[in-house]
Amino acid sequence: MRNEPVVQIESLVKRYGTKTAVDGLDLTAGAGITAVLGPNGAGKTTTIETCEGYRKPDSGTVRVLGLDPVREAGALRPRIGVMLQSGGVYSGARADEMLRHVAKLHAHPLDVDALIERLGLGSCGRTTYRQLSGGQQQRLALALAWSAGPQLVFLDEPTAGLDPQARRATWDLVRDLRRDGVAVILTTHHMDEAEELADDVAIIDAGGSSPRAAPTRCAAAAPRTPCGSPAGRAWTSPRCSRRCPRSRPRRADPRRLPRQRHGRPAAAGHRHLLVRPARGDAGPDLGRTPHP
Amino acid sequence: MSAAGTYTPKPGAAPLPRMIAAQAALETRMLLRNGEQLLLTVVIPTLLLVLFSVVDIIDTGEGKAVDFLAPGVLALAVMSTAFTGQAIATGFERRYGVLKRLGASPLPRWGLMAAKTLSVLVTEVLQVALLTAIALALGWSPHGNPFSVLLLLLLGTAAFSGLGLLMAGTLKAEVTLAAANLVFLLLLMGGGVIVPLDKFPGAVQSVLGLLPVSALSDGLRDVLRHGAGMPWADLGILAVWAVLGLGAAAKFFRWE
Repeated sequence: MRNEPVVQIESLVKRYGTKTAVDGLDLTAGAGITAVLGPNGAGKTTTIETCEGYRKPDSGTVRVLGLDPVREAGALRPRIGVMLQSGGVYSGARADEMLRHVAKLHAHPLDVDALIERLGLGSCGRTTYRQLSGGQQQRLALALAWSAGPQLVFLDEPTAGLDPQARRATWDLVRDLRRDGVAVILTTHHMDEAEELADDVAIIDAGGSSPRAAPTRCAAAAPRTPCGSPAGRAWTSPRCSRRCPRSRPRRADPRRLPRQRHGRPAAAGHRHLLVRPARGDAGPDLGRTPHP
Repeated sequence: MSAAGTYTPKPGAAPLPRMIAAQAALETRMLLRNGEQLLLTVVIPTLLLVLFSVVDIIDTGEGKAVDFLAPGVLALAVMSTAFTGQAIATGFERRYGVLKRLGASPLPRWGLMAAKTLSVLVTEVLQVALLTAIALALGWSPHGNPFSVLLLLLLGTAAFSGLGLLMAGTLKAEVTLAAANLVFLLLLMGGGVIVPLDKFPGAVQSVLGLLPVSALSDGLRDVLRHGAGMPWADLGILAVWAVLGLGAAAKFFRWE
């Protein structure tokens, strides 16, 4: 079970009108925490929302827990937890009320009171969602994603807009999920977040050609073996990854990534790489928002 | 840190009836907590009923004013909840990603819609109980077959729900808010609710008579005031609106 991919995406293409949001993406995610890293507009949310069943692929295949997210939605939804990038809660609902409601939609929900305490939402009292602070709203959305005891949670930029302390608290929560065997797919545009948190990192970057390799297989095959540099953090070119980890991957220059993002039109395609992060310096930040 | 095993996966959906009941209960609580919604669904119909029954402002024809007004205000109550209130609430739920988020829950979309309908019906029962009590206190003497009244209210709810959801699912939330209130006001004036349709010129009258709120208030009035049998013409008009509205809503409703 642990070695089976929780998410398997092959040659995903998704267009909105004439704009191609995702162009031939391959991604395989196994157990643990997988970060989908990339700048704004790279197609992270589109990719995640295709996994959640919100978007129908124009071509390619997506399997989540072995199921088609659109055709087998009824079987998949009870097993996944979703945190949208924003909103998702009745503006007139209280935090505990919304948590209890989502709990009622599931057969074996977590203990709501413990969840409220763990997330520090107890102080919200009778305050309705629209009056909560941004951080509280974020934590509630996070709690809603796993309040139902899912096997897999999708977190779309779970720490966007949070102060450093709140970010760390969120990371601790996500680590607790991993410890208990919940698979986590999260998007971020912070390199340091991906490094700090993730077992595997898939990079989606707009621009450049679109090699149809399966970069993530590298990590899936050897989840504990860093690919590439001795330091453990490497940019592997997609082409190399099929041979990884046995053969030494060709290394790409990380400094090229941000430049390509600005230099090429988004519609030209996507590059996706997979790196094994290790603790260390943060490296280049792909996001457009500054580090906190 | 939480104790190990706190989040161990135990996936599974609740039984469908329990999900729908929970959703309907939440939707009803949200509605009853919302001041603007209460203004629309409770305060305005009550005020109109009391004011125009007690103060002789509008010529409502022979007989007691409340006998004319009570059926019209019941029709207004149905419109305020099934159309205006539902359109505004659903429009903002769509805008704030609530519909989207619930779309990822085990509750299927038709279940969400069923819950919304249930919540509208629960609210209407409360409205009808309150308004009936007030009207009786004002000396209302209703006639007719309760089954005809029930059928009119249900078909009226279907017609208004279809139109409300069509608006909520296609327009921006702010536009829905403005338009739903405007339509409420116009239909209140021109739908035979408190102003008898025969006050309008003949040609206008026949057009206004085709509005869903006119059909509902006219049908309710025929039965409750005059003790008429099944008002087939009005039921027919409501049925056409229901089919058109629900059909268009099903086709054009966007969840995000």
